[in-house]
Amino acid sequence: MSEIANTIFSPELADRFDKLVTIYPLKRSALVPMLLYAQDEVGYVSDAVVAELAERLDLLELDVRNVLSYYSMLRTKPAGRYNVQVCTNISCMLRGGYEILDHCKHTLGIGHKETTKDGVFSLEEVECIGACCWAPAIQVNYDFHENLTPAKVDVLFKMYRDGKGKDEK
Amino acid sequence: MADVKFIVDGKQLTAPAGTLLIDACKSSGIEIPAFCYYPGLSLQAACRMCVVRIEKMPKLQTACTTPVTEGMVVATETPEIAQARKATLQLLLGNHPLDCPVCDAGGECELQDMTFKYGAADSFYAEPKNHREEQKWSPVVYFDRPRCILCYRCVRMCGEGMDVFALGIQNRGSSSVIAPNIPAELSPDHLAHVDCEQCGMCIDACPVGALTSGTYRYKTRPWEMNHVGTVCTHCGDGCKTTLGVRSTSDGSEIVRGDNRDKSGINGDFLCNKGRYAFDFANNENRITQPLVRQPNGELKPVSWEVALDYVGKELRQRRDARGGKSIGVIGSNRITNEEAYLLQKFARTVLGTNNIDHHRTADYVSFAQALAGQKDRTASLRDTLTAPAILIVGGDPTIQAPGTAWNIRTNVRNNRGRLYVANSAEIKLRRQAKSFLRLAPFGYSAFASYLAGNAASASEAATDINALSTFRDTIKAEEKLLILIGSELRGQDLKALIDFGLTIPGAKFALISDYANSRGAADMGLLPDMLPGYTPLAGNTTFAEYDTPSAPGLDLLEIFEAAGKGELSALYVVGSNPVTRYGIDPESLKDTFVVVQEMFLTETAALADVILPAANLYEKSGSVTNSYGDLQLVKKAGDRAGVRSDFEMIVRIADKMGANMQALVPFGKGTRADMGQSRGAQSGEADRHSVWLTANNLEPKLSPFDPFAILDEIQRLVPGYNLLRLQLLSGNDQHLQPAAPAPLVQVGSRRDLVLPANDSLFTSGTLGRYSTMLSDLQHNESLRPPTGLTQIETAAD
Amino acid sequence: MPTLVSHPDEVRVLSRRFGQGAANIDKYIELDGYKAVQNAIAQGPEKMAGWIIDVMKASGLRGRGGAGFPTGMKWSFVPKTSEKPKYVLVNGDESEPGTCKDHVIFLEDPHAVIEGTMIAGLAIGSKLGFIYLRGEYRYLLKIVEKAVADAYAKGFLGKNIFGSGIDFDVITQTGAGAYEVGEESALMESLEGKRGVPRIKPPFPAVVGLYGGPTVINNAETIASAPHILLMGGEAYAKLGSERNGGTRLFGISGHVERPGVYELPMGYNLKRAIYEVAGGIKDGKKLKAVVPGGASCPVLTADEIDVGLDFDQMGKAGTMLGSGGIVVLDETVSIVEFALRTISFYQHESCGWCIPCREGTDWIKKTLTRVYNGGGSKKDVDNVQYLAENMMGRTFCPLGDAAAMPTLGFVKKFRKEFEDYIAGQKAGTPIITVEQLVGAGH
Repeated sequence: MSEIANTIFSPELADRFDKLVTIYPLKRSALVPMLLYAQDEVGYVSDAVVAELAERLDLLELDVRNVLSYYSMLRTKPAGRYNVQVCTNISCMLRGGYEILDHCKHTLGIGHKETTKDGVFSLEEVECIGACCWAPAIQVNYDFHENLTPAKVDVLFKMYRDGKGKDEK
Repeated sequence: MADVKFIVDGKQLTAPAGTLLIDACKSSGIEIPAFCYYPGLSLQAACRMCVVRIEKMPKLQTACTTPVTEGMVVATETPEIAQARKATLQLLLGNHPLDCPVCDAGGECELQDMTFKYGAADSFYAEPKNHREEQKWSPVVYFDRPRCILCYRCVRMCGEGMDVFALGIQNRGSSSVIAPNIPAELSPDHLAHVDCEQCGMCIDACPVGALTSGTYRYKTRPWEMNHVGTVCTHCGDGCKTTLGVRSTSDGSEIVRGDNRDKSGINGDFLCNKGRYAFDFANNENRITQPLVRQPNGELKPVSWEVALDYVGKELRQRRDARGGKSIGVIGSNRITNEEAYLLQKFARTVLGTNNIDHHRTADYVSFAQALAGQKDRTASLRDTLTAPAILIVGGDPTIQAPGTAWNIRTNVRNNRGRLYVANSAEIKLRRQAKSFLRLAPFGYSAFASYLAGNAASASEAATDINALSTFRDTIKAEEKLLILIGSELRGQDLKALIDFGLTIPGAKFALISDYANSRGAADMGLLPDMLPGYTPLAGNTTFAEYDTPSAPGLDLLEIFEAAGKGELSALYVVGSNPVTRYGIDPESLKDTFVVVQEMFLTETAALADVILPAANLYEKSGSVTNSYGDLQLVKKAGDRAGVRSDFEMIVRIADKMGANMQALVPFGKGTRADMGQSRGAQSGEADRHSVWLTANNLEPKLSPFDPFAILDEIQRLVPGYNLLRLQLLSGNDQHLQPAAPAPLVQVGSRRDLVLPANDSLFTSGTLGRYSTMLSDLQHNESLRPPTGLTQIETAAD
Repeated sequence: MPTLVSHPDEVRVLSRRFGQGAANIDKYIELDGYKAVQNAIAQGPEKMAGWIIDVMKASGLRGRGGAGFPTGMKWSFVPKTSEKPKYVLVNGDESEPGTCKDHVIFLEDPHAVIEGTMIAGLAIGSKLGFIYLRGEYRYLLKIVEKAVADAYAKGFLGKNIFGSGIDFDVITQTGAGAYEVGEESALMESLEGKRGVPRIKPPFPAVVGLYGGPTVINNAETIASAPHILLMGGEAYAKLGSERNGGTRLFGISGHVERPGVYELPMGYNLKRAIYEVAGGIKDGKKLKAVVPGGASCPVLTADEIDVGLDFDQMGKAGTMLGSGGIVVLDETVSIVEFALRTISFYQHESCGWCIPCREGTDWIKKTLTRVYNGGGSKKDVDNVQYLAENMMGRTFCPLGDAAAMPTLGFVKKFRKEFEDYIAGQKAGTPIITVEQLVGAGH
């Protein structure tokens, strides 16, 4: 049973949040992880997510919005089921990051922060994801894919489209 | 802390250790520029304008975060520092719209001043500026994002200063933006709004024109106004508000209220009413001609001469025919001390009656009597900022006395003041309280009795008896306790509480009332049983120089009861609306000759035989006394053709009644020397010189319309009003301690006549109804579900 | 999955357990895991803290996050007694472009981070440690979470660790995408559930840190080094490196090299050799143009400036920094104009916006370089970029401003001619693209 009546989250996530707010010296510390975990489940940080997290943490909704808008992984609009994040920062750029990005744009027919019509993929150009020595790299949701070529990207997209991609959460 | 010595720009300076360099420099006359630094709010070090060079430090340091230390050597203006500041300004100006010619802040803008000083006028950016549309966050707060330089003063002012937290910072980097608490997507009109107390402190703090006021924006330029520092007419705190005044075809119009020089008793603070609710003065429904009721019942405009003749004749006839005790007088809690004093003197000596009263918003009579014979036991508003411990019993300063609430919050935040709150409601200041005691509904009497030692009252005072006794023990252990008392405590209860407080050697008291001069009205004797300074009628020698009837008169309710019984021949009402306030049956006044001095056709004025159009507190000079007993000067700011001050009208009526003018207003007595001829070389400083002359009683009071002639008498006769003239005339506040003279008068069986105003943040008695801005704010508030921050029910009238 | 690499010149201390499945706690124990912390406890409650700090000081270990502050000294700054609880905070918010070493540590040896956290806790008298990973490292967070759970299951964490009578807990935490949170005080803000904006210093974290308590904040690699140092001894570790730069460190070599990867090399190892020998030289036989030696914030070295030892002091003398150990190699085909633009775009995106010089400075440099790159530049723009960067240096609230200004200054000073040629070489009549088109609306 969740501590919050009418929680918008699944019982598992609500349960996890109930625990999370108790482990820190100050419960507000749970805010950033909760925003991300809520986004993982809901797809984005909706107004309802903001309201419930504010309630859980005794914060003003404004506080939650202030924090939420600071972190680049958090979004307030839905994305595709698989959010393709292409790193174009220096190490990836030197090894073809922009070619990968262009290939993704072309293949998916969408641009930066856009979603395919079927809602399966969205695309994002991101800053360094910490895979510099295995560049060029992308993340699909939380999964890393490294040493990419356009051909490998095609294989990946097919895999995800067929529902065979890993989907770490 | 101990003083340290350090060198700034070659000058040896001294300051207590720990003082911030920027403050230490400022108090020695060295101004270090800063956008984000705001004294009393948390430190930011964000704007980088206050960078200075400190010896032995590798980089430039921010003066706003560096405490002075012994032997520190600092340079505040070098080519290196000037370049750093110039570069910062260039960066800001890159995106700042240079719309200074139309910007409200033009002429009062810190960015403008800094650009002028450091010369960052050249731009080398080819890219267009980011443009965003202006946003209306509330009827009084507008946000122009491109002008914002992100100093975060508004965010801190709203959060730390006001405890409202309606503004935040969103996004990051160059997309960072100040965001209000109602985002566009959650707003019915899809525009962002701010849900807050609408105090406007964010606008005050804004160094540029990013936040502007709904009442003032695009109306005029700062240099086109005269700026008059006077006292706000609304609540009992008596904050200084600076009114920006501009000439119009029928007088001079107030176009802005703000806290321009922060020199008043309110320090940095001004609430929404002090800032915006001056607009009743410009209301088009103001009465500007005397009106006399015709036989057919209609009110007809007449000349002043006709109206005053008529009033004088009628009052004289009724006094002579039915005696002074057939006449009632009701005064105001928004007129000056001089007017209040004159009114009671007029009632007692010209009308020959003690039937005089006013709308009491707190029981100052019992307060004065409970403190009879005590010295230095009353607190000034300033004490709320510094007292190490404060107890609030009753009241809700956040709504009722916002300046008091601001001081208390500041005290708790910056001086670690300990706040104790005992209230039957969860008032907002409990959030700052070290301890909050929830009293039972109507439990104040029992609480006072419990404190005074009556253990049996405990269960009536609060449900949690343990909390109650812990609370009492804690406050008893305080050595210097400031006890702020709400208007809920009256008569014996008030006395019991004060008696308890008096057992604490360092305790001081204040009684919170509503309206600018509620305290002054009581101090000046607008009371049927008390002369000015709470002097008893019986055996009075203080006011022996003029005759007063010796028997107590009718109080406010008795006056109307008498009218209902046909025993009241005339009623003279000055700036009050008792008909609505006390629910008087209009029929009861049908046989009474009613004269009302008013700005508007209020319910009371509507029943009058004669209405005399009155000036308000912003259109006259004199003095007022706030809830705490702090005396301040009121200066004439606005003007409206056709209206007259209450002072002048009382004098003219007395004259028409054939009274001895020299006896009523001792004019012409002050002249001892200097008719202005000594100004000579100082003529350029005429104002200051005239203040000095007046203060030293050298200025002639040539006419009976000069309030200072009455001030002389107040100063001479009213106990406790031994004021310092220069202090008053220079616009400073001074704490007065009028208390009933010993021997102690029995506090007691008197009827409870206190009727608190119950104003919200957006109402101000009858007057508030004529403020468009307050109406707009009430409407704005009604659009949203209540947040508990403000109560929106309008006051009883 | 990251590919593990090796080279005979490597000195494997920290990476000793890489590739051996040490994320499994039993495997970790088999490979001398949790011995170091027990050795420390064996010193007895009186001597333990002093012993750890002495060994750490003797090791010459300097912070692996980039600033290079001596770790032992940092730990010794924490007051012995404190009214508020003390904390250990592990910075795994690895975000400096070119840097992916902590990635490998969390993947291959998560228990070393946990054990290091415990050691730091024992050294300063803290009972609670936090391991903060950047939000993108979700799969690594799960590995670390599993490792923490396993350590609790064995009784290594929690009450009375290893019979010492001391309690120690570890909480793992995820970020949500913000480079600035890698700055230690911004990290504390983020961990307290706030915007990742840095705090005013002083007070320093060792005195007033997380939740107002004294706090030691170390990079994950620094923390993971601690158990190894306790096991081998401070002096032995110090000897592996160069003067005043003890031990070894993980260098991530990326960009145009034949064998990119994370290599553990002794401090002071020659940069040229690292590129040409360890990483197999320039990819596809091209010529070297430049090297960004320690993550994107470090001033660039030209091809003839790389005969230099990889330690904090030698790199400083060479006019750049050792930084985070991320060596990014650029071959002759790279346009420095484009590279400079990509670098400043990153810092512009990541500036927290708190102070004016960083917020506005990164933005104007990016806008100007964008225009230059797209063909609307003039010679004056190069001066302007340099002026902007020079006026950011040392004037910002936190080091991010310097991190943006330093590489920019490096590029425009060392490759000024390339910028000027680039601008001059634009074909006449090249359409000038407006900034709106480039940056897009809403940015």
